[in-house]
Amino acid sequence: MSGLLSEDVLSHIGKQSEPRREIATRRDIRKYAIATDNRQAKYLNGDVAPPLFHLHLFWDVVPLSELSPDGVSIDSLVPKFPLEKAMAGGLDITYHKPIKPGDWLTATRTLTHIYEKAGRSGPLIFYEILMEVRDDDDELVVTEKTTRILR
Amino acid sequence: MSVAPTIGMAIPDRQHYCDEVQQMLYNASLWNGHRIHFDMPYATEVEGYPGLVVAGPLMGDWLHQVVDEWLEEAGMITGIEYSNRVAAYVGETVTAGGTVTAYDETTGEVTLEVFVKNESGEVLTPGVITAKLMRAS
Repeated sequence: MSGLLSEDVLSHIGKQSEPRREIATRRDIRKYAIATDNRQAKYLNGDVAPPLFHLHLFWDVVPLSELSPDGVSIDSLVPKFPLEKAMAGGLDITYHKPIKPGDWLTATRTLTHIYEKAGRSGPLIFYEILMEVRDDDDELVVTEKTTRILR
Repeated sequence: MSVAPTIGMAIPDRQHYCDEVQQMLYNASLWNGHRIHFDMPYATEVEGYPGLVVAGPLMGDWLHQVVDEWLEEAGMITGIEYSNRVAAYVGETVTAGGTVTAYDETTGEVTLEVFVKNESGEVLTPGVITAKLMRAS
């Protein structure tokens, strides 16, 4: 271990975002289904949302002035890391119940882990964000763990 | 679903042509303004990609779809683990598919190894999907 991660960076572990509340609409479900090349009528008609629709619902909506020059929104949950080149990350999602038009959903994101590993061509930084999506009865709808790797 | 799952069984695969209009609509639907998906001079000259990069989560969606179409009304996807290992570019045709790796008749739980491959057979997006069949067939 090269000890890349300072106390300050590590102190961000456990940081949580403000909960975000959004409504799933038939129109948004239809747009998502069409844009993803879906061909099942229940999704194209917007009767129920396809899996992964929560990405659409909770992608950060930020003003143009807050996007970086490459058009990316900066994740305020994540500290500035000593490595910045993003490598392929992974997703681990559990679907607890389907999303239907009219559902109000609340997402909370937590930075759960930051750690480093020795890679083949140098050190790597890993971090994990857990997103929980709940309905208005406080029941889990989707749980998503994202792992990102920086080199 | 026309056939009960058996271990080692390949599900019907599906091709997706990665087209500009679809990339635009998909990224707009997310509110994803990342230039590598629509700004050709930026993608090639600044980031050094050979073309416009297909959005990673779109390939994740195609993993879901190939299984969801196979399940039809017989079951539901309960989880996925996947990663975007290699990029795809606008103009490519990719193939999504999968193989059953486990099936529990009593619980109806089925596990599939899934992939999105490019035309040279390279796996771009490997993953594992679990689904639950409503009743064991």
